[in-house]
Amino acid sequence: MLEIAGLSVSFGQYVGGFRRRDIPVLNDVDLDVDAGELLAVVGSSGSGKSLLAHAVMGLLPENAVVRGRISYGGRTLDESLLRKLRGRELALVPQGVSYLDPLLRAGKQALGRQRGLAAKKRVRSVFRRFGLAEQAEEMYPHQLSGGMARKVLVSTAALGGARFVIADEPTPGMEPESAAEALQALRELADGGCGVLLITHDIEAALKVADRVAVLYAGEVVETAAAGEFEGTGKVLRHPYSRALWQALPANGFRALPGVQPSPAETASCCSFAARCPIAAQECAAGKPPLRKLRGGAVRCWVAE
Amino acid sequence: MEKLSFSALLRFVLLKLARLGLLLAAVSAAAFALVSYSPIDPVQAYIGADVMRVGAEQRAAIAAYWGLDEPPLARFFRWASALAGGDMGTSLIYRQPVADVIGERFWGSLLLMAAAWLLSGVIGFTAGIVAAMNRGRLVDRIVRWYCCTLASTPSFWLAMLFLMVFGVWLGWFPVGLAVPAGALAAEVDWLDRLRHLALPALTLSAVGIAPVALHTREKLLDVLDSDYILFARSRGESGIRLVRRHGLKAALLPALTLQFAGFSELFGGAVLAEQVFSYPGLGRAAVEAGVRGDVPLLMGIVLFSALFVFTGNLLADIMTRLIDPRVRERGMPK
Ligand SMILES: Nc1ncnc2c1ncn2[C@@H]1O[C@H](COP(=O)(O)OP(=O)(O)O)[C@@H](O)[C@H]1O
Ligand code: SF4
Ligand SMILES: [Mg+2]
Repeated sequence: MLEIAGLSVSFGQYVGGFRRRDIPVLNDVDLDVDAGELLAVVGSSGSGKSLLAHAVMGLLPENAVVRGRISYGGRTLDESLLRKLRGRELALVPQGVSYLDPLLRAGKQALGRQRGLAAKKRVRSVFRRFGLAEQAEEMYPHQLSGGMARKVLVSTAALGGARFVIADEPTPGMEPESAAEALQALRELADGGCGVLLITHDIEAALKVADRVAVLYAGEVVETAAAGEFEGTGKVLRHPYSRALWQALPANGFRALPGVQPSPAETASCCSFAARCPIAAQECAAGKPPLRKLRGGAVRCWVAE
Repeated sequence: MEKLSFSALLRFVLLKLARLGLLLAAVSAAAFALVSYSPIDPVQAYIGADVMRVGAEQRAAIAAYWGLDEPPLARFFRWASALAGGDMGTSLIYRQPVADVIGERFWGSLLLMAAAWLLSGVIGFTAGIVAAMNRGRLVDRIVRWYCCTLASTPSFWLAMLFLMVFGVWLGWFPVGLAVPAGALAAEVDWLDRLRHLALPALTLSAVGIAPVALHTREKLLDVLDSDYILFARSRGESGIRLVRRHGLKAALLPALTLQFAGFSELFGGAVLAEQVFSYPGLGRAAVEAGVRGDVPLLMGIVLFSALFVFTGNLLADIMTRLIDPRVRERGMPK
């Protein structure tokens, strides 16, 4: 349904007045989501998750340089197709309260371009479903808690009759029941035939509803795996970073990986994980590993087998 | 949740009234001090060309009649206590109560200022919106060029330019006075009034457009770069409707605040424009009062203009609270 092939995003910046330099943020990303499938994209903060969402929606800032191909239903997702799909088939659930118009009440905001009593009733029932009281419709964004704001944002996707939903960190700040409800709503959308791209840094929550997981590191997809492969000690996982993420969870030993995620610019010609990799080998110096298919998933590592 | 409590409203009103009282007291004291150091002798100014026929005795009598023989401080307190009783004194040059002179003259100025205020507000706001929606394109550059040029042009110079081009060369508009010279009041119809109003109002608004346009443009650009515009776009909103739904209110706020807070520039501009176009309003009365040492009238106008500017600022303040829910919620008092 949605196919992303070789997507790279960088930001043009002028250094020293005239020289233009491109700062890469996403590098050669391959992803695909089928109808009825929920793909979770997990990665820590700053790995480029939000930019991936905005790139698909065609809403990157003007100084962004985009390469690669995004297609939807077999057609290239260009500006003219996007203009037809945005607000209809394609929906984005953005990251937080700053995406709500501060001068517009929540109920009106959820309605969007829709008008009429029937639409208002739908808003009310969707709000109720996510545990938003009726008064919330009359509230301005600054009066909503972070969790309530995200519920309003999730409601917009559940309302619009979308065929493909991109949810960018939809649950932080919600109480556990509401968070579960919001994720469940996304799962139901997928079960109803929608394609869903769930972006999150909470791998545990994502695994409860996802079919497949793509792991993002320093602007690159380092692995795609079936959700069920995240289990036990994580030994069926393909990439050492996926394994490290998994083992850092409290239930799996709480072993945090030392070091920090580099910026994509620093690792342009080598494996982006090399500096932190516990299994780095001689052959890793051969340059940047490509994303290759492996055991039904994919991995960006020279060594994995 | 957003309801204003009555006590909060009362506190707001009392606070503003106290501020107004202080402002008027300070302004009148300062103005009086300045006037009493003025080199203009009001008696001399009053006598004017009759100077040869008026003897020293008569001068003293006139001075005593106006109370000009007392020391300044005593005069100030006499003026202030009369004012407290509602009496603004009598104008030396018009020989009428100051309140009447101001009342008469203010309507001319009000008409002029209202016309300029509306014109500059509407044109400035529209220009700002159009510029922001076309950031970096030709329209945007033209609007910015206009604003920067106007900002560095003295308004009296612009007034004279307008007078020369439209009044003298093109002959589209009359060169001066609010009504045709020598016409009877009844014969002065609205069209004539408008024609006399046009040039001063245009001059005054041409200067006022720049700040409104630039601030509106700036604000709308901020809004257009915001996360919530990105979200609105992701939901298929675009173009003018996007701006109308998410940008207008936000951009209206600085524009309105600026327009109301700009009453002082408006008044100052009107004084100049009335002078250049010999338009008989309060501004011209102020200049005459200053030049001819008419202290009661000058003080009256100073107080009145302070009140006028204060009202503008108050309106700006209230407007902010009404439009922006974030400010509204914090309640009326600052
Ligand atoms: N407009 C921009 N110009 C330059 N760099 C940007 C811009 N927007 C985001 N970035 C950079 O891109 C990286 C990825 O950002 P983002 O997608 O928001 O990360 P995530 O959502 O995974 O936390 C960050 O390092 C951020 O600094
Ligand atoms: S390529 Fe080498 S350094 Fe990179 S993740 Fe694989 S083993 Fe580690
Ligand atoms: Mg993000």
